[in-house]
Amino acid sequence: MTDRTTNTTAATHRAASDGAGYWRANVRLIIGCLIVWFIVSFGFGILLRPLLQWWEVGGTDLGFWFAQQGSILVFLALIFFYAWRMNKLDRQYGVDEE
Amino acid sequence: MDQYTLNLLIVGATFALYIGIAIWARAGSTAEFYAANRGVHPVTNGMATAADWMSAASFISMAGLIAVLGYNGSSYLMGWTGGYVLLALLLAPYLRKFGKFTVPEFIGDRFYSPTARLVAVICLIVASVTYVIGQMTGVGVAFSRFLEVEVSTGLFIGAAVVFMYAVLGGMKGITYTQVAQYVVLITAYTIPAIFISLQLTGNPVPGLGLFSDYTPTGEPLLARLNEVVTDLGFQQYTNQDPSPGSVINMTLFTLSLMIGTAGLPHVIIRFFTVPRVADARWSAGWALVFIALLYLTAPAVGAMARLNLLDTIYPQGTNEEPIAYENRPDWIRNWEVTGLIQYEDLNEDGLIQYYSDGAAIAEERGWQGNELTVNNDILVLANPEIANLPGWVIALVAAGGLAAALSTAAGLLLAISGAVSHDLIKGRFNPNISEKGELLAARIAMAVSIAVATWLGLNPPGFAAQTVALAFGIAAATIFPALMMGIFMKRINNKGAVWGMVTGLIFTVVYIFLHKGWFFVPGTNQFEDTIAGSLFGIQSTAIGAVGALLNFVVAYFVAKSTEETPEHIKALVESVRVPRGAGVATAGH
Repeated sequence: MTDRTTNTTAATHRAASDGAGYWRANVRLIIGCLIVWFIVSFGFGILLRPLLQWWEVGGTDLGFWFAQQGSILVFLALIFFYAWRMNKLDRQYGVDEE
Repeated sequence: MDQYTLNLLIVGATFALYIGIAIWARAGSTAEFYAANRGVHPVTNGMATAADWMSAASFISMAGLIAVLGYNGSSYLMGWTGGYVLLALLLAPYLRKFGKFTVPEFIGDRFYSPTARLVAVICLIVASVTYVIGQMTGVGVAFSRFLEVEVSTGLFIGAAVVFMYAVLGGMKGITYTQVAQYVVLITAYTIPAIFISLQLTGNPVPGLGLFSDYTPTGEPLLARLNEVVTDLGFQQYTNQDPSPGSVINMTLFTLSLMIGTAGLPHVIIRFFTVPRVADARWSAGWALVFIALLYLTAPAVGAMARLNLLDTIYPQGTNEEPIAYENRPDWIRNWEVTGLIQYEDLNEDGLIQYYSDGAAIAEERGWQGNELTVNNDILVLANPEIANLPGWVIALVAAGGLAAALSTAAGLLLAISGAVSHDLIKGRFNPNISEKGELLAARIAMAVSIAVATWLGLNPPGFAAQTVALAFGIAAATIFPALMMGIFMKRINNKGAVWGMVTGLIFTVVYIFLHKGWFFVPGTNQFEDTIAGSLFGIQSTAIGAVGALLNFVVAYFVAKSTEETPEHIKALVESVRVPRGAGVATAGH
């Protein structure tokens, strides 16, 4: 952080405001991803499973599939989506590693 | 060639392979040893992380627990994969940006407090020692079968091998050894699963076979399994346990495993050393890809092993008589040697009545009680034998199980010895200790941990995966909240973090000891570790999530009522939040 303090005031100011926007965008993205994370595992897999009873999958219901396999596949998609979006955001806000 | 020789041959060959790669890689340069991941592709790093992560609990124990628990075993599947989402989104990129090698160092710097660092070290040691107990359970099971000895003898031999392995450096940090271990492990896990899936459903992909039709009857495999288990008085395989409180326990248990995954130091550490922050994000994804290969197969292994086991005992169906003890298959004979399968002919008819005690059918058929006890931890290792697969497959599974258990146990022992010698003794009590003295302290810490873990492993607090789950609960209640608040909440100061961690640790550990026995000594528990018998109606494996919540709440209120976080620490947090300017990770010595 010492290299930051040596920046000019104007540059520091811009970096700070950009930084705040970047951080807000990041937190929004994290919250969105965690909502999906919660719904597929704790939701479909456990708490909302009774609602998915009508959808039959291989001798049982969709909730069972989400609990044993579906949630894992969604987790994978989430991590790669987040990595892709964040690496784009980094460049957009000019905070990527050069 | 008999099975025993074949086991020795294949296990020996895989070990020769790991050691060969280690020697070949070490010849490069010593600098490479310390920053083994630099210049390694995220895919390769992901594979190595997967090998590091998947231990005896994942490989040996998990599918066996799912086989018995059915749907309720899904907690292990979701918990040990969902944690990677938290790791990738909430911790890995920022810790990489911070650029130090150990978790206590981050906590010590962020909370500008040697006390916080000390508390983090203690939390790390408690979680890791508990984890090692679980590994030793798995090591004991694997060695006892593979050397055809009793399980306690297997445990002693295993402990000796783990100690030597860890002293040699555990081959940690050498990414290509771990890649080789991953390949052995996943091959050993998948090949028998494919064979069995083909036998039962005709589908070569076990994960799909689980939801396919059972070839002999044409009905769905899971429907067939439900019928068979309910006939014998067990609970339906695909249903939620109907007893009250089971939904909330399953939810909290899954959550504990998830946040524990994101709080276990030996996993986090892998993301400290990737080349760039962007790679830390990708690496978590790739690690989960390779973990998912096993985790998508595991529920199929569990269900199919259960069905195969019941079909073996009741070859004519559950309405006909079970097999006679005299005609028991070889695999039962083999596992009886280890003491992990036991038979007692209660009604003295020479047949093996295997069912849930209290089943309605028992009385009308003249059964005096369940006569066969099968330890859950043997199911994966016995799976190829149950399915009559060729001898080399059986040997390969033994090699895979040992690779999983030894690599993780050794890695944890290194983490413990490092924490004791470097963070605790050098960092706190005796900064002038010589390098020789530090090394000696590390070895002693390692030997003591193994001795303790082995002794407790003789009467383990649960099956391998359950004991490991307790370690996750401890990590969830202590390390994860401190790290997350350190990154996301500038307001949390030194006092908040310390009191949060102390509360989380004491609450969780005391709750576990109340239910599992003090310091895991059997018989010293005050409460029964069941939903109904437990203190708050929450089983000890699920309490970590509550401990984590307490940690957050205490930290928030203590920080709110004490002084503001200093400006330079706020600047540190700001800098951790953006990738730009990430240097090479440095060791703090």
